[in-house]
Amino acid sequence: MSRRAVITGVGAVAPGGIGRDAYWDLLAHGRTATRRISRFDASAFRSQVAAECDFDPVAAGLSPQEVRRMDRAAQFAVVAAQEAIEDSGIDVGAGDPGRTAVSIGSAVGCTTGLEDEYAVLSDGGRNWLVDHTYGVPHLYGYMVPSTLAAEVAWRARAEGPVALISTGCTSGLDAIAHGVQLIEEGAADIVLAGATDAPLSPITSACFDAIKATTPNADQDPGSASRPFDGRRDGFVLGEGSAVMVIEEAGAARRRGATVYAEVAGFANRSNAFHMTGLKPDGREMAEAIRVALDRARLDPGAIDHVNAHGSGTKQNDRHETAAFKRSLGQRAHEIPVSSIKSMIGHSLGAIGSLEVAACALALRHQVVPPTANLTVPDPQCDLDYVPVTAREHRMDHVLSVGSGFGGFQSAMILSRPGARKEAVA
Amino acid sequence: MSALGLPAGRRSPAAVTGLGIVAPTGIGVRRHWESVLAGKSGLGRITRFDPAGYPVEVAGEVPGFTAGEQVPRGLVDRTDRFTHFALAAAEAALADADADPAQLPEYDMAVVTAASSGGTEFGQHEMERLYQRGPAWVGAYQSIAWFYAATTGQVSIRHGMRGPCGVLCAEQAGGLDALGQSRRLLDTGSRLVLSGGTDASLCPYGLTAQLSTGTLSASDDPARAYLPFDEAAAGYAPGEGGAMLLVETERGARERGVRSYGRILGYAAGFDPPSSSGRPPVLASVVRRAVADAGIGADAVDVVFADAAGTPELDRAEAAAINEVFGAGRVPVTAPKTLTGRLYAGGAPLDVATALLALSAGVIPHTPGVERPAPGLGIDLVVGGPRRTGARTAVVLARGHGGFTSALVVEGGDRTDHTA
Repeated sequence: MSRRAVITGVGAVAPGGIGRDAYWDLLAHGRTATRRISRFDASAFRSQVAAECDFDPVAAGLSPQEVRRMDRAAQFAVVAAQEAIEDSGIDVGAGDPGRTAVSIGSAVGCTTGLEDEYAVLSDGGRNWLVDHTYGVPHLYGYMVPSTLAAEVAWRARAEGPVALISTGCTSGLDAIAHGVQLIEEGAADIVLAGATDAPLSPITSACFDAIKATTPNADQDPGSASRPFDGRRDGFVLGEGSAVMVIEEAGAARRRGATVYAEVAGFANRSNAFHMTGLKPDGREMAEAIRVALDRARLDPGAIDHVNAHGSGTKQNDRHETAAFKRSLGQRAHEIPVSSIKSMIGHSLGAIGSLEVAACALALRHQVVPPTANLTVPDPQCDLDYVPVTAREHRMDHVLSVGSGFGGFQSAMILSRPGARKEAVA
Repeated sequence: MSALGLPAGRRSPAAVTGLGIVAPTGIGVRRHWESVLAGKSGLGRITRFDPAGYPVEVAGEVPGFTAGEQVPRGLVDRTDRFTHFALAAAEAALADADADPAQLPEYDMAVVTAASSGGTEFGQHEMERLYQRGPAWVGAYQSIAWFYAATTGQVSIRHGMRGPCGVLCAEQAGGLDALGQSRRLLDTGSRLVLSGGTDASLCPYGLTAQLSTGTLSASDDPARAYLPFDEAAAGYAPGEGGAMLLVETERGARERGVRSYGRILGYAAGFDPPSSSGRPPVLASVVRRAVADAGIGADAVDVVFADAAGTPELDRAEAAAINEVFGAGRVPVTAPKTLTGRLYAGGAPLDVATALLALSAGVIPHTPGVERPAPGLGIDLVVGGPRRTGARTAVVLARGHGGFTSALVVEGGDRTDHTA
C-alpha cells in the first residue's frame, strides 16, 4: 500500500492572536488584523500599514539565549512547531530521530536580523566597508535562511532530512508539499512542515514601495486596508507570521489513534516563465498547476468544495487567479465559495501559504469557510462567490489552496477531510 | 497514487547531459577541468573590494567574468552577481547538452537551484541607499534581486521552463538537495531539469557575516588558506561561483540522441544533532542510505569527493564516517575544491560536475595543496597528482552550516573528452 501524508497537528503564530485557537477565532469572525506599522517608524514610507503579530517570545517559552540568537522569523517557526507537536499528541523524541524531518518555507529568511545588523556594522549605512568587529556571533545564521529550518530541527531533535524551501510567495505551499514528498517516498515518518516570514522592516517596505505593490492607504482605516477582490483595492498589505504542521504517514497516524485534520491529496506547481512580478490575465499556468493537482488527487473539479485563494489584493492577481479558477474548475468555480484570508492577516510572503493550509485544515474540521473581509464593492471582472465579510457554514470534503509569487511560481494543493477520499488512506 | 505523482519504488537514475561551470578554476568545462588536472588554484587576495582591515583576505574569485558579456543586457542591472553566474552557467549547460528549450514541452522543463545567501552584494547596496538617503532611493529591482528565488525565477523566464521549479537552502549542502529534488521531478512528469547553484557573497557584508562562524582561514597565503585533512588545516577560504547541470530522464536523453557525463544514482540527506546532545553526527548513516538508494553496495563506490570542511574536528568526523561506511582506507578520498575555496550553494554542484568529469575521463583528481595529511585520519587521500584509475562510481558529500548533511551517488558516462 502506498504511503500517504496526513496533517495531525497545527500550530500558528498569526497577526491578531498567537496560537491556533486565536487564529481560527479571527478567521471565523472575519476580524482584520491590519493596522498602522508599529515595528518601526514608517512615516517616510509609501505604505504604512501591515498585519503585525503581537508576539512575546518570552511568554511563548523561548529562553533568553534563544531570543538573542533567533531572528523573529525563527522565533515564530519554533513556537508554531511546538504548538503543532503538542496538538498532534505525538512524542517526537520517542522514535528514531532519523525518521523525523523538517521542511520550512520562507521567502526572505532572516531579513530583519540582516538589516538590523547591517545598520550596526555600517554605522547607519555610512560605511560600505562594514566594520566586522561589530558583528554578532550568530550573524552568519541570519545570512543563510536555512537557519530557520535548523532552529526547528534542533528544538524537535530531528535528524532526518531538513530543508528550507525558498520559492518566494509560494514557499509555504511548496515547503508543505516537500514534507509530504518525504513521507510518501519513505525518507521520514514525521515531518514538521510549514513556513515563516517576519519581513516587517524598512528594507522590505522600501522594496515593495518601489514597485508600488503594497497599498498606499493614504486616508483609509488601516483595519480595512487589505481588500482582495474589492473594486477599490490598491495593493497588498504586508504581514508576518508562521504556521507549522505535523505531517505523518497515514497508517502510523491511524495506529496511534491520532486525530487527523486533513489528508494532503494532491499538489502541483508550475511557473509562468513570463515575468518576475507580472502576471498574464489568462491564469494559464496556475490553471495547469490546479489541473495536475486534481489529477494527482484523482478528483474531478466538481469534487472541490472551497478554494482558498491567493487573493493578495492587487488587481493583477485577483483577475489572474479568477481566470485560473474558471479555466481549471469550469462551471464549478461559479458554484463554490472562494475566499482570501489575506483580507484579515495580510500577505506574509513565504509564510502565508502555510497559514492558508492551516486555515484550510481548520476550515475542514469546523466545516466553516472564512470570509473575504472588506469586500463591499465588487469588481465586475471578479465574478465568483468570494464570501464577502462574513464566514459561512459549508459542507466540505475537498478544498483547494493556491499560491502565486514573484519569480512566476504558481502552486496548488488539495486537502481532503479524513475519510472523504474513496480509495482513501491505508 | 501519490499526492505528488511519485511512482512507487526506487527513483529512476537521472542522466547529466550538460554542464555549465562558472568557478574560480575558470569559466567553462574545459578551463575548469584543465585547472583541476593541473592543480591550478583559483585562490588569491580578494579584488572585489579592498579586504585590508578584514582578518580574511584570501578567497576564490571567478576570473574574467564580465556580466555585460555573459548575461543578457537587460538582466545585468536587475540581478545580483549570484544570479549572473547562474544565468551564464545555465546557458552554458543547455548549449553543452545541445538542448533547445523552445523545442521541448514547456511544462516538462523545470529549474531547481540551491541558494545560500541570496543577492548579498545587491542587498548591501540597496540598504546603503536606504540608510544614507531614505526609502524612496531603494530601487525597484531590490524586490526581485535580493531574495533566494531570484535565480530560479530568472532562469525559468529566460528559457521558458514552466515546470515545477524550486529553491532549496541548506548552505553548502543545498546543491546536493537540489540535484536530489531534480531526480524526483524526473519521476513525476518532468523530462529535463536545470539544477545546481551559485553564490557570490564576496562583498564586505557577505564576508563579515561569514567571519562570524570563526571557520574561515586567516592565512594570507593562498597556498595555505584551505588545507582540509592536512595537519595544518585551520579553516577554509571562501569562494564564489558554482555550476548548473542539465539533468534529464534517460529516455529523454536517448530521444534527443545525446551522450551524458554520467548518471545520478542515489541521494540521501540528514541533519546533525547539536554537539551538546552527545549523539553522533549523521554523515555515516546518510552515506549508507544514499548508497542503498543507488541500489549498490559500499564496495562498488570507487571514490569519495569529500565535503572537506578544513577544520580539524570536522575533517576528523568526515574521515571517521567514510571509514565507518567503506572500511578504513579502502576508498580513495579527494577534495579538488581546495582550488576554489568553499562556494556555499555553488560548492556541491561544482563538486558533482568535477566528479562526473573525473569518472567519465577515468581520472581521480587530487587535493591540491595538501602535502601532509593529518595523522590518524586513516583515509586514502589522493594527493600529489591525479590518479589514473578505472573509477566508475563516486559519492559526493556536503555539509552545510548548522548540521545539514547530504550525499549523492553518481556514475560516469560516455562523454569522455573534456578538453574540446
